[in-house]
Amino acid sequence: MSIDTDRLGIVTRGGRQRLSFGAVLRDSQVLAVRQLRKTLRRPVYIVFAFVQPVIFVLLFRYIFGGAIDTGSTSYVNFLMPGIIVQTAVFGALITGIGLTEDLAAGVVDRLRSLPMSRAAVLFGRTAADLVINVLTLVVMAAVGVAVGFRPSEPAWKLALAFLIVLGFSYVFSWISAWVGLSVKNPETAQSAGFIWVFPLTFASSAFVPVETMPGAVRAFAEVNPMSLAVDAVRGLTIGSPPPTTPALQTLAWLAGLLLIFVPLAVRAFRRA
Amino acid sequence: MTNADPHPAVEVEDLAVSYGKVVALDGLRLTVAAGTVFGLLGPNGAGKTTLIRVLSTLLRQDRGQARVLGHDVLREPLAVRLAIGLAGQFAAVDAELTGRENLEMVGLLYRLPRAEARRRAAEILERFELTEAANRRVSTYSGGMRRRLDLAASLTGRPPVLLLDEPTTGLDPRSRQELWTIVDELRTTGTTVLLTTQYLEEADRLAQRIAVIDAGKVIAEGTPAELKSGAGTDVLRVRLADPAHLSAAEAVLADLTAAGTSVQRDVPAAELVLRVSRADASAEAIRRLDAKGLPVTVVQLTQPSLDDVFLALTGHTAEGAEAAKAAPEVAV
Repeated sequence: MSIDTDRLGIVTRGGRQRLSFGAVLRDSQVLAVRQLRKTLRRPVYIVFAFVQPVIFVLLFRYIFGGAIDTGSTSYVNFLMPGIIVQTAVFGALITGIGLTEDLAAGVVDRLRSLPMSRAAVLFGRTAADLVINVLTLVVMAAVGVAVGFRPSEPAWKLALAFLIVLGFSYVFSWISAWVGLSVKNPETAQSAGFIWVFPLTFASSAFVPVETMPGAVRAFAEVNPMSLAVDAVRGLTIGSPPPTTPALQTLAWLAGLLLIFVPLAVRAFRRA
Repeated sequence: MTNADPHPAVEVEDLAVSYGKVVALDGLRLTVAAGTVFGLLGPNGAGKTTLIRVLSTLLRQDRGQARVLGHDVLREPLAVRLAIGLAGQFAAVDAELTGRENLEMVGLLYRLPRAEARRRAAEILERFELTEAANRRVSTYSGGMRRRLDLAASLTGRPPVLLLDEPTTGLDPRSRQELWTIVDELRTTGTTVLLTTQYLEEADRLAQRIAVIDAGKVIAEGTPAELKSGAGTDVLRVRLADPAHLSAAEAVLADLTAAGTSVQRDVPAAELVLRVSRADASAEAIRRLDAKGLPVTVVQLTQPSLDDVFLALTGHTAEGAEAAKAAPEVAV
C-alpha cells in the first residue's frame, strides 16, 4: 500500500515522520471540539467550573470578609481580583484530572494509535479548558459586580487584566496536565492538584494583605507568581497597587513556566 | 488492494520487550500474510497485548523489528498508524459524545476530509446497525453496543490491517457471535485481521492460521488442523454401564493407547479416557469389551481440541472458561 503522505500533511524530517504544522493545528481543533462537548455535557464539570467559584465569592465576601482589614480599599474590591485569579488556577486543575480519566478509559490509546499528532491531544485539551475558563471568568465578573465589586479603571485596562488572568489559567493548565500525566490516576491527580494549588493560592496576596503574614510565608507570598498576577489585576481594575511591575513580572513567570511545562507535559504524554 | 501488496501485513523479528524485570516478549518472530485472519493464542501474561501495543506504536520495543505492510513501527509510525485499526479489550469511545460524533472524530483524525469523515461515519453506523442510536450519547448504549461502536471506530479509516486485542473478552454470547460474523465478513473484503484470544474455540473458529504464544515466544504455528494433528492423538472415551468394571475394562484396553500414554479413569462418570493413534480404535474397543462381557453405554472418538494442543505444547492449560471445560480430562 503506497500512501500519499504529502496530501495527509505527513513530512519526513531527519529520518523521522512528522506532521506538518497545519495538520497539528487541525488535529488540535478536532480534539478541542471533542473536549468542549465532553465538558459541557458533564454536570460535575459545570458545578466545578461555575458553581464552586461563586460559592467562594459568597463565602469570602460575606463570612470571612468582615474580619479582614484591607485599609482604605473595600474588602470586596480587594477580594475580587484575588478570587478571579484563584478561580483561573482551580479551573486549570480539570486539565490534569480529565487527562487521567481519558488514560484510564483507554481513549488515549485509541487516539495515540491514530495517524494524528499526539501533542494535539494536549493542545486541544488546554485550548478547550481555556474556553471554559473564559466562560467562568465572565460569570465571576458578573457575580463580583452583583456583590459590590466596582472597578475604577478604563475598559482597556480591564481587558488587559482579563488577558493576564486567561494567560495564567492557560499556563497552569499545562502544569496540571504534567502533574496528571505523571501520576496517571484520576483520584491521585485530584489530591496532587490541590497539594500544589492550595499553598500557591492562599500563601499569596489573593485573600489577605501579605503584610499580615509571618516572615517566611510572607517572603514566599511576595515572589509567588499568584501574588504578582493578583497585584497586576488589582492595579488594572481598582487602580492600586501600580500594575506595570507586577504585570511584567507575571508575564515573565508565565513565559518561563510555559517553556518548561509544555515540553514536560508532551513528554509525559508520550510515555503515559 | 492488500492482496497485491508485496509486503506481509505484519512482520516481526526477534522482538523483545521488558517491563522492569518482567519479560513480556522474548525474541518473538511472526509473519502474517496480507488478507488473512491470524489468531494469536495464549494465556494471560503470554505477551499478546504487548505485541499489539508495539504494532500499534503505543509501546517501543527494547530489541528487534516490527513492520506493518513494510513500514517500520519506529521509523514510520504515522504510516503504520494510517494502515492499522485498533480495538482493544475495552470500549475506547467517549461516553459523553454520540455514536456519530465519536466516529466522525476518528475519521477526521485518520486525516479524512470533513465531508468524507461524515459520509464514512454514516456508512459504518449503518453497517454496524447503529444508525438508530447514532445521535444518542454513548452513555445510553448497552455494553454490547459500545463494543460494536468501538469496533466500528477501528474500521473508520478503512485500515488494511485490523488489530483486535481480545475482542470478545467480556461480551455476551450474542455479541460474541456478531463479532465473529464481522470478522468473517472482513476476511472476504481482503482486510488482514490479527486477533489475540485466550479462547481456543475462538481461534479455531475464526483464524486461518494460529500462533500459540507463551512466555513471550511463539511456541507453535500453523493452521488449526495442523496444530491439532501435531498433538498427535485422538481421544477415545468409553463409558461403562457398571463402574465396578472399570479395572477389568482398563486391562482389556491398555494396549490400545498411543505410545507414552496410559488409560485415565474418570471414576464418577464410569469413564475411561484413552489417547489413541489407531483409526479403528473405537470399533476395536467395542469388540474387546463385548467379548469380555463388559457392557458399554457410550463410546466417543474425538479429535484433540486446541486445549489438548495447548497442554501438549506448554505443559499447562490456557486460562479462562475454555480451560475449565478441559480440566476434568487433564486432572484424572
